[in-house]
Parts: sequence; structure tokens; C-alpha cells
Amino acid sequence: MEGDTEPGNLAGVRHIILVLSGKGGVGKSTISTELALALHHEGKKVGILDVDLCGPSIPRMLQAQGKAVHQCDRGWVPVFVDREQSISLMSVGFLLENPDEAVVWRGPKKNALIKQFVSDVAWGELDCLVVDTPPGTSDEHMAVVEALRPYRPLRALVITTPQAVSVGDVRRELTFCKKIGLQVMGVVENMSGFVCPHCAECTSIFSRGGGEELARLAGVPFLGSVPLDPELTRSLEEGHDLTQELPKSPAFPALTSIARKILDSLPTMLS
Amino acid sequence: MEEVPRDCPGADSAQAGLGASCQGCPNQRLCASGAGAAPDPAIEEIKEKMKTVKHKILVLSGKGGVGKSTFSAHLAYGLAEDENTQVALLDIDICGPSIPKIMGLEGEQVHQSGSGWSPVYVEDNLGVMSVGFLLSSPDDAVIWRGPKKNGMIKQFLRDVDWGDVDYLLVDTPPGTSDEHLSVVQYLAAAHIDGAVIITTPQEISLQDVRKEINFCHKVKLPIIGVVENMSGFVCPKCKKESQIFPPTSGGAEAMCQDLKIPLLGKVPLDPHIGKSCDKGQSFFVEAPDSPATLGYRSIIQKIQEFCRLHQSKEETSSVPKAC
Repeated sequence: MEGDTEPGNLAGVRHIILVLSGKGGVGKSTISTELALALHHEGKKVGILDVDLCGPSIPRMLQAQGKAVHQCDRGWVPVFVDREQSISLMSVGFLLENPDEAVVWRGPKKNALIKQFVSDVAWGELDCLVVDTPPGTSDEHMAVVEALRPYRPLRALVITTPQAVSVGDVRRELTFCKKIGLQVMGVVENMSGFVCPHCAECTSIFSRGGGEELARLAGVPFLGSVPLDPELTRSLEEGHDLTQELPKSPAFPALTSIARKILDSLPTMLS
Repeated sequence: MEEVPRDCPGADSAQAGLGASCQGCPNQRLCASGAGAAPDPAIEEIKEKMKTVKHKILVLSGKGGVGKSTFSAHLAYGLAEDENTQVALLDIDICGPSIPKIMGLEGEQVHQSGSGWSPVYVEDNLGVMSVGFLLSSPDDAVIWRGPKKNGMIKQFLRDVDWGDVDYLLVDTPPGTSDEHLSVVQYLAAAHIDGAVIITTPQEISLQDVRKEINFCHKVKLPIIGVVENMSGFVCPKCKKESQIFPPTSGGAEAMCQDLKIPLLGKVPLDPHIGKSCDKGQSFFVEAPDSPATLGYRSIIQKIQEFCRLHQSKEETSSVPKAC
């Protein structure tokens, strides 16, 4: 059906990274956002595509809620979330009239919108497109991989928390990646420990060891652990300027290290 | 049903197969014949099956990772502490079936009998069913599109031999999609008591939970109430409290007041919970005096009370049930 494989709107996108889990609530959207900001901090032009149609979290994280999506001759213009227009975002969140409106769609309708998000958004020139996904291994995941595949080799970043219950689900996601031919760049362990602000004791609230175990099981690199930082969560929620707030967070060194490892492993980025 | 037109009116709508956007769709003839609009016979079959089930409760969120499965499992444990109460726990998270692990049932397989599939029993009065029991390896991925997931849910409701059950608890995946629509649709004739909605305190969760509440209203599913999970953390060393997931917009309390929905309770973050779930043990046994355990128990009591009130209303009312 796609007789023409002309890149169209994805022609200027150098690299595409899918952020997956299998488990809900491990921080895919948070890490997608933080990773995009870290890559931006390293001087890269980044786009974020949010294909979580039922729970589109990213607009709020980047204080872009309620922004209008405009049309141009190449399709939808993604929403720029910074003044320099170096971070762009597309999400179903922008298309909802009321933010509390539930997107109660079955698979085929979700697939149709995802295809549109891939082919009809005028991304322009990007070093990296980060694709945030919902939990699971179902319609959205198959649709986005099928839609993106003709344009670029796809790479996946897999997120887990330290507990075995997470690892149990995320293992299945890794099988999905293998079956669908998605190269896994590595595993990131989120919510890795909480440092009490009163006494500096570090507690493993969500157990420990899951990330490394998962990477070992799957034979992929373990990219690092990101600790819990409630202040960063607060900033994400209260609409603070994350480009300023993120570098102050105890999570920042881990995120920067992960971003650098990702950049190092991607073939020749734009200088 | 792979290729569906962008403006598909829906297989069960009056315009099915007849709209302009239906031209060229591979399902056009099927829809135009009215087949999509005919009610699924399974709905009646499930209604029959559910006659032996007194109360049906859905555990929903909208947001992932807020503790639906943890809550469902502990609600089941809590209700089953009374050995005269028969409890059934159905896990319809097809892609991420966590319940077997949390209940210590990993590796168990499902058996067929003359009367259908047998649930896996944790205790004599606590039976569990999950797609996890149908997978041969912990690495097996269930990569199914919506229609196939719906088929599985139908089978779970129609073909599992639950026997006489006081409470059927249904653990769901995050979202408002196929699984949620299907379970509500298939149980439509059997009548669901209500939904318990789980959230964490921060706005990013509440945002999704409001959508879930919206979904419940749309499909006329009564809401028993909201549980705020991971509500505060007490440092084991200095005993001071921190908010790991800050309630930036007032938490579940503010949302419930706003939407006039009961807040069933708040459960604090206790690192023992995660560890118990990982080990497949009941947290109530591991940490019976923890504030989290006390939080859970109070919530379970309220749920039981709701079901009792609901049952007596049903028994005294002669008005047909509205689904």
C-alpha cells in the first residue's frame, strides 16, 4: 500500500529512538522527556512523538498543554516547547478539546492516528526523534514500528524499575523487540533508590537489581540507573522551565551519562 | 481487520458499511450486512455463567504503575481471609500479566475440565486466572492486536469454571481501550457492582485517572471510589515523612471533592510492599502492623460495605437493573 518509500516528513530526521517498557508507570514519558532535554543540552535538535493515545503525559511535562496544532502544506506543525524551537512535540493531547476527555478507541482507530502522526507531521530537520509509547506489546507498538520502519533503522531504549514484577513484564517487551526486529540500545533502570532529604539515607523503595538483571538476561547494555527525585517530579508537574531545573537535579548526572552513551552508540551524528 | 478507514463509523453504528469512508474497506460487506450490529451471543452466555457470582468489581486506573495489580491481589487476600468467602481474581492485563508473580503462582498452568478451565487456587477459597498461566516461558510476549485480546477476555469470562463466588475481582491494564470496553461489554448483562480506581498523588496520574472516571461515566459503570496509593513515604531511618510523588494539584482528595466521588483511602509507600510482591507473598502477612496494611484493610472494609448496600438495594428494588 505504501508503494512510494519517499521519506517525506521524516527525511530530515537523523535518528529515531523508541522508548518502550512493557510495564506501566516505570517512567517512560518522564525518561523520554528528560532524555530529549539531555540531548538538547548536548546541542542536539530533538523531536518527541507521544503515541500514548489513552494517557498522553508529555504536553503537561513540557508546559505545552492546550497549545494549538497548526497545519502547513506538509501536514501538521509540531508544537515547539522552547524559544529556540529546538525541541518539538506531537501528542494526541493537543487534539483533545477537553483534557479530561477519554480517548476510548479500539485498536484500528488508534493505528490510523499513529500512522498519521508518523507521516503527516512536518518534523523538519532533527538530530533525534524520541518516540514515547504506552505500556504493553499491542496495537500502538505494532502500528508505530510498522509506520516508522521504512524510513530509518529503529532503535529501542527499554525502561524498567528495579523490582522483579517490572522485570517480569519488561522481559516480554524485549521478546517483542526481538520478534519485530527492533535493535535494543540498552536498558535504563528508573526509580532506583530514594535519598531521604532529611537524613540522606538511601532506601530502595522499589526493590533493587532489576535493571542489571534485565540487561544481563537480554544480552544488551545496561545504560544506567536514574534515582527518584521528587523535586524533579514537582518541576515536571508545576510547569517549571525544565531546561533550567533538570541540571540541578540529582538525577541529572545519570541522565547525562545515559544520553552520552546513546549518542556514542549512534552512527555519525551531525557535528 | 488490519486496514480500517480513517473515518470508520464503527462496526456497530447505523452507518456501518454505508458511509463514504466505507468504500474500499475490506469489511464493508460484513458491516453493511448488519453483522456488526448483532449482539454477541457470548454476552448471554456470560450472564448465565455469572449467576453464581455475587459481586463483580473492576480495578481500574488510566495510569500505569499506580498499583492496580498490587491492590487487586491484596483486595483478594483480604477478602479471602474469611474462609467462608469465595474469591476469584481475574487478570485481564493480556500484555503485562503481573498477577501470577504477585500471588506466588508463576509457572502454574491452567487445567481443562468438563466444566471449563479451572482457575489456579492460592487458597481453597481464592482462585486466580491470568493469561500468564497460558504462557510457557517468562519471556513469552503476547503481541496481539485488540480483536484477539477481546477474544481472550471473552473466553476468560465464559469458559472459566469459577463455581460459586462471592467476589469476582477483575484486574485491568492501564488505559481506556479494548480490554476495558470488552470487559464492560461482556459483563453488560451480568451487572458489575462497580469500579475501584487507583491513582498516585501527582497530577500526571490524576490527569489519566480523570479520563478513566470519564470512561466509567460514558459506559455507565458505577464508581465505588478512588484509592490514593504511594501516598507519602516514611524514612525507615529517621522516620520523617517525604512526598515522593508530590500531590501538586491537591492529590486524589482534591480530585474526589471536585468530581464528587468517594475517596476510599490513602496507602503510604512501604518498601516492604514491593519486596512482598516480588516474592509472591501477601504483604499483610509480611508486615501486619504497617500503616500500609492498615490503610488497605480500611479500604477493603469500605468496599465490602458498598457491596452489601448494593446487594440489599438490588434485593428490595423491583426496578430492572440499568447497565
